[in-house]
Amino acid sequence: MTSVADPIAGTPPAEAAAPVALVAQAKAVPRSGGASKRELRLDLFRGLALWLIFIDHLPPNILTWITIRNYGFSDATEIFIFISGYTAAFVYGGAMRAQGFVVAAARILKRVWQIYVAHVFLFTIFLAEISYVATSFQNPLYSEEMGILDFLKQPDVTIVQALLLRFRPVNMDVLPLYIVLMFFLPPILWAMLRKPDWTLVLSVLLYIATWWFDLHLTAYPSGVWVFNPFAWQLLFVFGAWCALGGAQRMSRILASPVTLAIAIGYLLLAFYITLTWYVPWMHPWIPGPIEQWMYPIDKPNLDVLRFAHFLALAAVTVRFLPKGWPGLTSPWLRPVIRCGQHSLEIFCLGIFLAFVGYFVLAELGGGAVAHVLVSVAGIVLMAAAAWLFSWYKNVAGNNGGTRATGPDAGLAGGEA
Amino acid sequence: MAALGLALLVVCWEVAPASAEQTQSCDVPAYLLFTDSKLEKVNFAVNVTRKLDILVVGSRSSSISTAEGAAYPGRLQTLLTDKLPTVAVTVTTELRPKTTAQQMVAGLATLVAERRPTLVIWQTGTYDAIRSIDPDDFRAAVDEGVAAVKKAGADILLLNLQYSPRTETMIAPGPYLDNMRLVAQQYDIPLFDRFAIMRNWNENGDFDLFNTSPGIGLAKRVHDCLARALSTFVIDAARINPVELRIQR
Repeated sequence: MTSVADPIAGTPPAEAAAPVALVAQAKAVPRSGGASKRELRLDLFRGLALWLIFIDHLPPNILTWITIRNYGFSDATEIFIFISGYTAAFVYGGAMRAQGFVVAAARILKRVWQIYVAHVFLFTIFLAEISYVATSFQNPLYSEEMGILDFLKQPDVTIVQALLLRFRPVNMDVLPLYIVLMFFLPPILWAMLRKPDWTLVLSVLLYIATWWFDLHLTAYPSGVWVFNPFAWQLLFVFGAWCALGGAQRMSRILASPVTLAIAIGYLLLAFYITLTWYVPWMHPWIPGPIEQWMYPIDKPNLDVLRFAHFLALAAVTVRFLPKGWPGLTSPWLRPVIRCGQHSLEIFCLGIFLAFVGYFVLAELGGGAVAHVLVSVAGIVLMAAAAWLFSWYKNVAGNNGGTRATGPDAGLAGGEA
Repeated sequence: MAALGLALLVVCWEVAPASAEQTQSCDVPAYLLFTDSKLEKVNFAVNVTRKLDILVVGSRSSSISTAEGAAYPGRLQTLLTDKLPTVAVTVTTELRPKTTAQQMVAGLATLVAERRPTLVIWQTGTYDAIRSIDPDDFRAAVDEGVAAVKKAGADILLLNLQYSPRTETMIAPGPYLDNMRLVAQQYDIPLFDRFAIMRNWNENGDFDLFNTSPGIGLAKRVHDCLARALSTFVIDAARINPVELRIQR
């Protein structure tokens, strides 16, 4: 895995000014110039994660079976957060070296603001959706479930709590986590640029403390954050650490066949255990003590099993998908890669499309065919939108000349 | 990618006719009614005392607001009476709407002590999911409740949430389903997976649970089918063979 290691050679297009140091660091500068300079594997997997998150947010259908959460402990959220940490550290780490702490921090906070606005925008759509459901849904079978709409009776409280990120409807938990993680990125990066390993150690200690002292953020009206930032920061910081040279230092370990064997063994084990969730008669085949120890696999607190599963997946992926893999430039993968390159926009679009998908299925009737059509249509729309963003960025970049390298550029599309 | 999409479409198209016909069957695949756990007390009651008292503890989704008798507890009594003609079956309910598992647990032991049921069917999770109660707290409450009922001397069976596609963007049932399954495994008690069963019906086209205004008819049919599956499940979990029972007489 010299490769996730090798920084995204060059830089995300818009960031040309920033990471001089990083370019120097990139030992394998890609052969062809221009667009292929990015680490396309990151875009590929982030794009894939966005598609899987979208599919997982729709009602279950045949396509749900291709999502990775059915084959192991971790799911697309881990991939998304890790790659977000990686790219954020890469882009803003370079900026921090070149322009100093204050400027980089200001740019990060501007990005945080954008994500926050995106979250509020999605919340507005959500409110419209459920207000509609509240007025149109008359099914005596679900009179109890309709109790969820009670919060519409107190819109003042609900909306303020949503602005405070304490009230989060279903499926809207990733952005608040992302907001909090990005908000604390400046100090993390500051430390990471000086003592990367110690920063990672601190992150692990915070993760352990989370489990030890049950650190959490409360939510409204009750409960806790679905993704506990105290725990999930580990993946984000680990991504940042990899981006800033950690992955290179790990390359020896990652190249070892022992690592590969352990990773594959663990993935198979996780697959076997996941299988017992879906095939009840297999369940007795898990020894009781192991079951007692293993369950519940704690998603809010990023269970160690989940983290390990992600690491194993990453190790295997990096091993079998080398940086120069020709498929990365194939037109078939371009839609996914483009989605990964515009992750915030596509993420929000995905959440929105999931709402719309529900709406369509509810209004026009379900059925397996309709479900699959909605899923496929959503993915096509996401790819089309990503194509549009890329096109616009190119046009704006060509026309605007230096604009593209200005401080706003990373926010327009550089995608941390 | 396109080829894959096309292949999937073809697959779906072949599956589609089954869902299009809308025949009112509500068979449940065997794996959804499979359980390792045994209801010892029910077995004893059916084979020896010939008196089976079931208490359904739950919330509003164990009832139909304008047609109480058509809800699954009432149907369960009828169906079990039919299947076990030699046994006096009664099904009573104790429904407390807008009650979390934690609040329910408080009175559970006394309730069982007073009513002395053979079997408690505890339907829970919905209100906890609506209030998004911390899943750990929910698990602790279910755990405590199951222990209390067992200690009070009754069999217990957990019954989970309804599959409610219309509210899936608002209520996240996942953690509550998982934790109920977990407690069931820990105590080796049966779990009636209402969620998976209803989802199966919806996917097979037995019921259109997305429907916005189906009227009372859908609710009645769903409850009737739930009661059918539940009666089979209880008999299986108690390891009773109704045919044998009849021959004995």
